[in-house]
Amino acid sequence: MATDSDPKTPTRRRFVQGTLRTAVGAGACGLGLGLFAAQSRSLPADALRPPGALPEDRFLSACVRCGLCVRACPYDTLKLADLGAGPAAGTPYYKARNIPCEMCEDIPCAKACPTGALDKHIGDIATARMGVAVIVSRDTCLNLQGLRCDVCYRVCPVIDKAITLEQTHNRRTGKHAVFEPVVRPDACTGCGKCEKSCVLAEAAIKVLPIKIAVGHQDAHYRRGWEEKTKAGHELVPGIIDLPDRLPEMKP
Amino acid sequence: MTARIPGRDAWAQHGFFRAHKYLIVRRLTQLGVLALFLTGPLAGIWIAKGTLSASLTFDLLPLTDPFVLLQSLAARHWPETTALTGVAIVIGFYLVFGGRTFCSWACPVNPVTDLAAWLRRRLGVEKGFSMRREARWLVALAVLAASAATGTIAWELINPVTLIYRVALFGTLAGLAVVVAVFVFDLVVARGGWCGHVCPVGTAYALIGKATLLRVSARGRVRCDDCLDCFAVCPENHVIAPALRGRDGAGPVIASADCTVCGRCVDVCPERVFSLTHRFDTRVDAAVPPPPSAAGRPAPAALEKV
Repeated sequence: MATDSDPKTPTRRRFVQGTLRTAVGAGACGLGLGLFAAQSRSLPADALRPPGALPEDRFLSACVRCGLCVRACPYDTLKLADLGAGPAAGTPYYKARNIPCEMCEDIPCAKACPTGALDKHIGDIATARMGVAVIVSRDTCLNLQGLRCDVCYRVCPVIDKAITLEQTHNRRTGKHAVFEPVVRPDACTGCGKCEKSCVLAEAAIKVLPIKIAVGHQDAHYRRGWEEKTKAGHELVPGIIDLPDRLPEMKP
Repeated sequence: MTARIPGRDAWAQHGFFRAHKYLIVRRLTQLGVLALFLTGPLAGIWIAKGTLSASLTFDLLPLTDPFVLLQSLAARHWPETTALTGVAIVIGFYLVFGGRTFCSWACPVNPVTDLAAWLRRRLGVEKGFSMRREARWLVALAVLAASAATGTIAWELINPVTLIYRVALFGTLAGLAVVVAVFVFDLVVARGGWCGHVCPVGTAYALIGKATLLRVSARGRVRCDDCLDCFAVCPENHVIAPALRGRDGAGPVIASADCTVCGRCVDVCPERVFSLTHRFDTRVDAAVPPPPSAAGRPAPAALEKV
């Protein structure tokens, strides 16, 4: 017979079931949210973060999605991500091909951030690293066909540092030059003006997240020629330096 | 027999305004808070910038949502001073003004779930899926765990509180889907389910509410004639009984942090039992002879002794 002291009373069973259901329900909520959050961590390659943004994995722990940076942007560059738009919902981003970053000297967006997701102490906008421009389409870039487009080079706010024109031989005509735009990742801010102004229907130069665009050499790699200069002498004594035989050095 | 419509007696006896005073003031406050943010994008007059997760008013006053900051800490980010100052101001404010008053006076989800509750009463929807009171604490812990595990402020992905503001201020319309889901959840699945059992933003304010000053008191509880209107309209109606019945020498102040101090009970009570006061106010009205309006209902003598 079921009484109140009987451990198998319906009351007690209901309590245990209710507690279990609540715990499982809350756990499922947390798990679902966690999986969704984990998925939201991947930023689309064409979405760029504002200047001074922490690296993407730390950015999402700091950005409260208040939109104060978006409000501070005078050029309507920054947008807040809609649910399902790609970047984590509510986080600020911009697409270079739509409206690139104008690289304001006072960096109002970073100054507006209340949490430090954007570093307000970034100082010089030229040190911002929002991404890196990459010539993604050598087959369609007009300059690489031997034409003089030069638009990406001309609009670059860090002209001759972030993008340089390297003169090479035009192998198609045999007698002209190719002025190849070359991006220097150590000077490129990723503002996206080059991508925005590329005259092609689909830009031949695109700004990509640094993580995708820039490789990294392991710390144990040493460049012999640099180590030699640092040491001031041969690192391995006794190696015979044979003469370099170049065409113009005909005996 | 038609079902009793809560608040109709108070309306008949005290007039429309006194029977809807807090409801009207609350709706105006909710709209007013949104208006402070909307004048900027709509008219170029910038009063408050940001959303309810973090904002800056008059380029001077920073405010930060406590649960957002908690998640950021769980995700191992130590925020800048501005956000910390903002959260200190918010906690200080709600330590005086009622904790979950955020939920009933500022939060834009409140009109949505209030509408669902109102429809439920009118359509006579069954109570539905019953959830534990403790569910909200477990949900908040689970969300913090998700934030810690993924290193992100996870709740802000789907938080309807800030989503509504982003929809209104930044035009991110897809966020409305979550708001519709919350409405349907409250209408069909669980009565008062979202605000009362799930929303971890409210849970953080409930934590502040455990020590807050502003409270509702059932000071006139001797006049209660058991019409149950207050229970019908209260979104957290388990908070009423201890103060109203005064069993085991319980004081007249509604002590539970679940109480959102929405003031709806004050409005709808024909006997004017409830009033807003501070948590240390132990005054209780003396018993009075029954007013003529109470004729036909159980006489006060039938009440439990205080």
